[in-house]
Amino acid sequence: MFAQEFMRNALFAGTFVGLACGLVGYFVVLRAQVFAGDALSHVAFTGALGAAALGLDLLAGVFVATICGGLLIGLLGERARADDVTIGSLFAWTLGLGALFLAIFTTQRSGSGNGAAGVRVLFGSIFGLNGHDVRVSVAIALAAAVALLAIARPLLFSSLDEGVAEAQGVPVRALGLLFLALLGVVAAEATQAIGALLLLGLLAAPAGAAQRLTTRPWLGLAVSAALAVGSVWLGLTLAYVFPSIPPSSAVIGVSVAAYAVTLPSRRIVQGSIESTTR
Amino acid sequence: MLDAAVFQGLSWNLLDDFRQLFTYPFMVNALEAGTIVAVMAGVTGWFMVLRRQAFAGHTLSVIAFPGAAAAGWAGVPLALGYFGFCGAGALVLAAIAGTRRSLGAESAAIGSLQALALALGFVFVSLSHSILTGLDSLLFGTFLGITRSQVLVLLVVAVATVAVTAFAARPLFFASVDSDVARASGVPVRLLGLGFLLVLGLSVAETSQITGALLVFALLVTPAATAHRLTPRPWLGLTLAVALALAVTWAGLALAYFSIYPVGFYVTSLSFGVYVLVRIVTR
Repeated sequence: MFAQEFMRNALFAGTFVGLACGLVGYFVVLRAQVFAGDALSHVAFTGALGAAALGLDLLAGVFVATICGGLLIGLLGERARADDVTIGSLFAWTLGLGALFLAIFTTQRSGSGNGAAGVRVLFGSIFGLNGHDVRVSVAIALAAAVALLAIARPLLFSSLDEGVAEAQGVPVRALGLLFLALLGVVAAEATQAIGALLLLGLLAAPAGAAQRLTTRPWLGLAVSAALAVGSVWLGLTLAYVFPSIPPSSAVIGVSVAAYAVTLPSRRIVQGSIESTTR
Repeated sequence: MLDAAVFQGLSWNLLDDFRQLFTYPFMVNALEAGTIVAVMAGVTGWFMVLRRQAFAGHTLSVIAFPGAAAAGWAGVPLALGYFGFCGAGALVLAAIAGTRRSLGAESAAIGSLQALALALGFVFVSLSHSILTGLDSLLFGTFLGITRSQVLVLLVVAVATVAVTAFAARPLFFASVDSDVARASGVPVRLLGLGFLLVLGLSVAETSQITGALLVFALLVTPAATAHRLTPRPWLGLTLAVALALAVTWAGLALAYFSIYPVGFYVTSLSFGVYVLVRIVTR
């Protein structure tokens, strides 16, 4: 398996994408902003196809779109948290725009009329990464992870108790915006590897599992990152062994399975606590 | 320069253009299907926004995609896949909502379900290689090739869902606005929540056959969000949501008929335009 260059590339890039998704995802779940992540994943799709339709660099289009999308979601809401309906209306329209770009691209640019570019953006192409793509995505993922860890402490504080954090002089609103911009970077990064439609799974499932396993934030952050990286490894191996399964689907399948395994665990603990307090 | 290429067959005689819309049977079918779908999406969407279940609604609409892909792979009628998957999705979502965990944990569960559904859909699509070119229409919809029998099925399901919603409208409204008080006065809140998700799943399964799995959500959320901004009164709001959904669907279909671009783009852009306008005016 490691003899194949595409596999080495995929594993190397996937490790860092998983790391960034796991870390950012932990805060996404903690701040109950999974729906914003959902919206950004669709914005990534439109960004990529918009760039494709205009003949620009795909990756640049994705990054510009998701970072702008993240900031817009932050600016629309109070305290940098927009309500679901506003986000929903916005990204429903973004998707329509994506459909337009897809039509323009398939009729005018490629000429062949098939939606291969659309499929690649929607579901990723981790086995198609070359050496240069891998270096770029590793560098961006590392930068995002470091940036997140740098603001992790105040962000954790303001996520858990916004009012108290604000009273203590933590710049809650600026942190919220910065976090959404970081989420945009990670979403764009993950689009290339596992696709715009599937990246939500790598954001939500490992983090959801981590929060069921532990209430301690730093441990949870580490568990979430470890689960995300582990899902990427196991998923890619599965996709290598069974070639009919697309790699991105395998990765999401493993991460959601890991989440499903943790579902009963905490409930048993909660049940015993409830029975002892009664 | 662009208009000439984008809008083909559109003359300056608007009356003539209007008549032209109804000449072809496929277009008549599309307009009828669009009308049915818009009424249903308006009604269920209004309650969805009221109950703050936009994320659940979006997840349900995404689940329509693996349903269709699985049906295409197994060679059974697409409608069976749509209804089966959306019904099962509604049950799982109701189970998630029933555990009453924190907001973050609940949305993590919903997000995982959605990603799993999409991943499954992609597996089915790649297993059945042949429908790769049909993927666009599964995701973004097509108004071409809607048959008479499809319109009839749509009509039956729409009448059923709207009737059920109308029958349960009063307690559902009560339970949505204040679930604790409703529970205290004997309203079966959990049963209503489950029932509503099932109705939402049905109407999503219906709508996505026309608009595609990714664009159902536009018809569900945007007209309803506009109506909620305009009035807090339930019956007026419901009527407004339906009227808006109808207007954008008709206009979107007409625009798509005369142009080369997809209907989904026009429907989402028109409804979002109205929403933004209303937001600015009611600020």
